[in-house]
Amino acid sequence: MRAFVVAVFAFLYLPIALVVLFSFNAGHHASEFTGFSTQWYGKALSNPFLVEALKNSLIIATTSALLAAFCGTAAALGLQRVGARTRALFEALLGAAIVVPGVVIGISTLVALVQLFAVVNPFLASLWPADQPPRLSLGYGSIIAAHGLFSMALVTMIVGTRLSSLDRNLVEASSDLYATPLTTFRAIVLPQIMPAVIAGFLLAFTFSFDDFIVAFFVAGAQTTLPIYVFASIRRGVTPEINAVATIVLAASVLLVLLAQWQLGRRKPSP
Amino acid sequence: MRGTRFRKNLVTALLLAPAALWLIVFLVLPFIAIAIFSVGERAPEGGYQAALTFAQYANLPARANAFWNTMVLAPVGALGCLLVAYPVAYYLALRAPQRWRLILLALIVIPFWTSLLMRTYAWLYILGGRGIPALLAYVGIEDLRLINTPGAVLLGIVYGYLPLMILPIYVSLERLDRRLLEASADLGATPLSTFIGVTLRLSLPGVMTGFSLVMILLLGEYLIPTLLGGGKVFFIGNALVDLFLQSRNWPFGSAIAITLVLVSVVVLILANRISTRLSGARRVDLI
Repeated sequence: MRAFVVAVFAFLYLPIALVVLFSFNAGHHASEFTGFSTQWYGKALSNPFLVEALKNSLIIATTSALLAAFCGTAAALGLQRVGARTRALFEALLGAAIVVPGVVIGISTLVALVQLFAVVNPFLASLWPADQPPRLSLGYGSIIAAHGLFSMALVTMIVGTRLSSLDRNLVEASSDLYATPLTTFRAIVLPQIMPAVIAGFLLAFTFSFDDFIVAFFVAGAQTTLPIYVFASIRRGVTPEINAVATIVLAASVLLVLLAQWQLGRRKPSP
Repeated sequence: MRGTRFRKNLVTALLLAPAALWLIVFLVLPFIAIAIFSVGERAPEGGYQAALTFAQYANLPARANAFWNTMVLAPVGALGCLLVAYPVAYYLALRAPQRWRLILLALIVIPFWTSLLMRTYAWLYILGGRGIPALLAYVGIEDLRLINTPGAVLLGIVYGYLPLMILPIYVSLERLDRRLLEASADLGATPLSTFIGVTLRLSLPGVMTGFSLVMILLLGEYLIPTLLGGGKVFFIGNALVDLFLQSRNWPFGSAIAITLVLVSVVVLILANRISTRLSGARRVDLI
C-alpha cells in the first residue's frame, strides 16, 4: 500500500514538476530540455499582453475578494439574527451559488447582463445631453460580480461556521458590563472571526485568480490571465507560458498556506 | 422598547442586504432569464427572439453526443478517482505515522487549490508526441496515440479531482472508532471481513460525499475535455461554450443549461438520499 501511496504522490506532482522544470529551459522547444536559463521569466514579464492580463486578473481578484469578504461577513452576522425560515432560504441560495456549475453561472450572467444593457443603454443615451453617452458593457464589473457571487457564498459559510463556535458568554458578559453593541462587536466578535474573514478573502482571491470558465463568458473585451494562458496553450505550449504558470503556482501555494494558517489560528493576536 | 426592536431589525436588514441583492441580481434573475430564453427562438442574426416553444428542448438529442460523453465519463471519472483515492485516504488516516499525517494531507490539498488549467496542460507534455509515446517507441510500440482520446480525458479527470475525493474519505476514516476494529478482530473476523464489514462500511458517507462532489463538478467540466480531448471528446460544458460564444444559438444553449442544472439537482438529491440511508453522514469542509 505504501508503494501505491508514493505512486499517487508522484502522479500528483510529476506534471507540476515538469511545468516548473521546463520554465527554466534554455531552448525554445517546449518538450526538450536543453539547459538551464531564466530567460523565459524575463520574456514573460516584458510581454505587454501578458502583463496586461496579469494586471487585470490582480485587479479583478482583489476587488471581488474584498467585496465578497465584506458582504459575506455582513451576511454571516445578519443570518445569526433572523428566523429559521429566512435563514434556510438564504442558505439554500448560497448553496446554489456554490453548487451550480461555473459554465451555467457564466452563461446566465452573460444572458442577463446583455438583456439588461439592451434596456439601460438606450435609456442612458436618451438622458445624456452630449454625443457620447456612457455605455454599460461587459468587462471588469461583470467578472467581479460573477466571481464575487461564489466567493461571497464561500465567505458567508466559513465565517458562519466560525460564528457558531463563538463563545457566547463573552458576548453576554460584554453587554452585562454595559458595552454598546458596537463596542462588543469591535472588541469581542470581530477579533474572533477575523481569521475566518482573512481565510475567506484569500480563498476568494485564489478562486477568482484561477477561474477560467466564468470569466470566459462574461469578460467581454477584457483578458484575464487564465484566458490568456488558455488561448496561448491552444497555439502550443511555450516556455514563456511555463514561466507564468510557475509564478502562478508558487503564488497560489503561498496563498493557500496563508489561508490555512489563518484558519488554524485559535486566538486573535494581542 | 419598540424603538430598539425597530433598530435591531434595521441592522439585520442592512447586514443582509448586500448579499441578498447580489444573490438576486446575479443568481436568481439570470437563472430566470435563461429559463425564459430556453423557451424562445434563435434570432436570425444570432442571440434571442421572444417566443413560447419547447422546440429547444425537443432539439436536445442534437447534442446527444455531449450528454452521452458527460453522463458516461463523469461517473466513470468519479469512480476512477474513488479507486485511487481510497487506498491513499486509508493510508493517511489509519497507517501513516502521526507526525507525517498533516504534512501528507497538506501535500494532497495544495494541488487542488492551484490552477486546474495549469496542472492540466502539463499532461500535454506527458501524453503528447514527445512524452510517453516517444518512450514507448524505444521499446518498439509505434504510433501510439494518447492525446485527444477519451482515455486522456479520463486521466485528466482523475488527476484534477483526486484531492477532492481523498479529503472526505480521509475525514470519515479518521473519525472511525478504532475500538471497533479491535472488537471485530477479537471476535474472530479476518482482516478482510473487518475491512469490509467495519472500515469500508463506516467510511461510506465520506465516499458518498466525495463521489457526489466530483460528479457535480464534472457535469459542468470544460477545460479537461478541451485540452486533453482536443475537441473530439465533447462535454456539456463544451456544447455550452460552442452554442453561446460561437454559433450564438442562445435559446438552445439555455435549454441545455437548464437541463444540466436539473441533472445536477437530481444527482444531489440522489446523493443526499443515499447518504441519509448510510446514517451518520457528516458534512465535510473542503478548506
